[in-house]
Amino acid sequence: MTSAQTPTQRPAAREGLPPPIRFNLWTWMRSDKRAAISLAYLSLLLLCAVLAPVIAPYAPNQQNLMNMLAPPSWEHWLGTDDLGRDTLSRLIYGSYNALYAAFLAVGIAVVIGVPVGVFIGFVGGWIDEVVSRVIDGVLAFPPLVLAVAVTGALGIGLTNAMIAVGLAFAPVLARTMRAQTLVVKNALYVEAATGFGASRPHLITRHILPNAIQPVIVEVTLMLAVALLAEAGLSFLSLGVQPPEASWGGMLARAYHYVEMAPAQMYAPGFAILFTALAFNTLGESMRVLLDPTMKRR
Amino acid sequence: MQGVPGMIARRLVQLLPVMVVSTFVVFSLVYLMPGDPAIAIAGEYASDERIAEIRAIYGFDRPMILQYFTWLGNVVTGDLGRSLFSYEQVSRLIIDRMPHTLLLVLYALVIGALIGIPLGILAATRQGTTLDKVITSIASLGVAVPNFWLGIILVATFALSLRWFPATGATSIFEDPGRAIYFMTLPALALSTSVIAVLARQVRSALLEVLNSQHIRTLRAKGLSSGSILWKHGLRNVAATMLTITGLQVNQLFSGAVILEAVFAIPGLGSLITYSALNKDFPIVQGVALVLVVFVILVNLLVDVLNAILDPRVAAST
Repeated sequence: MTSAQTPTQRPAAREGLPPPIRFNLWTWMRSDKRAAISLAYLSLLLLCAVLAPVIAPYAPNQQNLMNMLAPPSWEHWLGTDDLGRDTLSRLIYGSYNALYAAFLAVGIAVVIGVPVGVFIGFVGGWIDEVVSRVIDGVLAFPPLVLAVAVTGALGIGLTNAMIAVGLAFAPVLARTMRAQTLVVKNALYVEAATGFGASRPHLITRHILPNAIQPVIVEVTLMLAVALLAEAGLSFLSLGVQPPEASWGGMLARAYHYVEMAPAQMYAPGFAILFTALAFNTLGESMRVLLDPTMKRR
Repeated sequence: MQGVPGMIARRLVQLLPVMVVSTFVVFSLVYLMPGDPAIAIAGEYASDERIAEIRAIYGFDRPMILQYFTWLGNVVTGDLGRSLFSYEQVSRLIIDRMPHTLLLVLYALVIGALIGIPLGILAATRQGTTLDKVITSIASLGVAVPNFWLGIILVATFALSLRWFPATGATSIFEDPGRAIYFMTLPALALSTSVIAVLARQVRSALLEVLNSQHIRTLRAKGLSSGSILWKHGLRNVAATMLTITGLQVNQLFSGAVILEAVFAIPGLGSLITYSALNKDFPIVQGVALVLVVFVILVNLLVDVLNAILDPRVAAST
């Protein structure tokens, strides 16, 4: 019987059923211009970050004290900073730190938040009760205040700062994941799988997680924007990326110092942060509409 | 117990574990430090006496849970310890600096409401028009713009070029309220962007929901004018939205204040915690984090209570 089941027979088995829903990136991008622009911009930025040593016209820390705070010119498209370093090159190198920081912080939040959320949603009872109070307790903190305090404790630097931001974000994801798990847990297909004798790990990984994760994907994309802003802010406060390494927030801190002498220096890093955060947000909102078409009317 | 007092009582009971967790998080901050916390605080080159002194201040030689309760006991009586460097009382420092931060946050909320609510109403009543799209786009920009960058631009434009406002600094609200508000205008404006954005969005969608509901359709059919429908029936829901957003945003506002106080050299709690974190002055870091988290929890309690007073159904359901 198994050998007789040729591919040509398969479509017949689906007769009468709707065609399988398949995610097609191309169709999505063509139907949603904003998402397309955001994704194109972010891909380009990622390319910039990875290829920084190749495409940056100058080394990021190459000083030229004869040419400090220069306005934009053919040699330096975005001018130079207070140590005569090329602003465009620093912007390009800064994109690496920005993306690294955003993905690191959100990655930590996902690795902690998602399993915890699924677990407490699934088992319920006193474990859920206790962990949920812990989540509430951490969420009560202003995120940046917690990040500043934790960074101070762990030691100043980009990676520690982003661990701190990730720890502050994890409960947000855990809460969403828990709520989704509670909804999915009682679905008929989970009940059916339980009836067939599915083990708990099987239930969680094959049935609950794939069906509960959708809102979290949206939230994670939006969170990348918040993490990016947090990195810029913490580096601005000199708790994040340490000089002489390039970061957009750190560049703004220096530009602010010399704002009266070279006001043009404050625009490029600011726009870089704004556009990137905007791109993550736009992509997140588009995904929300894609995953839940009823949202479109709002 | 029923009604609002019962609801407050229930909320307080719910808040107890949250308070325990958040105070424990603040307490355990010093334990995040790599290696021996006493040496980490004192610095690598500190003398043995100094390390012993810090060990005594924190009581690192005793079990952690005991330390927590001792610390909590001190905190409850208002003793937040002393700065490791200046030996000033942390509670004194916080009381001195608190008014600046509160003024900044409150001012930003007021500006946010004054701009955000009208924008939301405009967008909702002119749904689908260019104006609606422009307002929605402004709202998207408002959540993505780094507020400290906006602060720098405001300084460059309104302080350095036009000289309408001072670039940095602050005045005590108790000595000269007018001047204090004047000094705080640019920082509050920079901080208000996210409030404006979130309020414009939420008011718009809350209002749209009401305006498209059955009872408004009935009123319209009965011949009521659009204006009276909007003012009498639509906006009643906006008050609740505003309150809820305030509760949700107070967290974000304190986060934003941390950076904006650095931009505008405001001697508030944000610059205090940043400076202390950079210098590992942990009693201050802990004190500020503690005061802010308790403040956020209390504001959210207040928001819940006000919501319950405005709408008795809320009191019954929680």
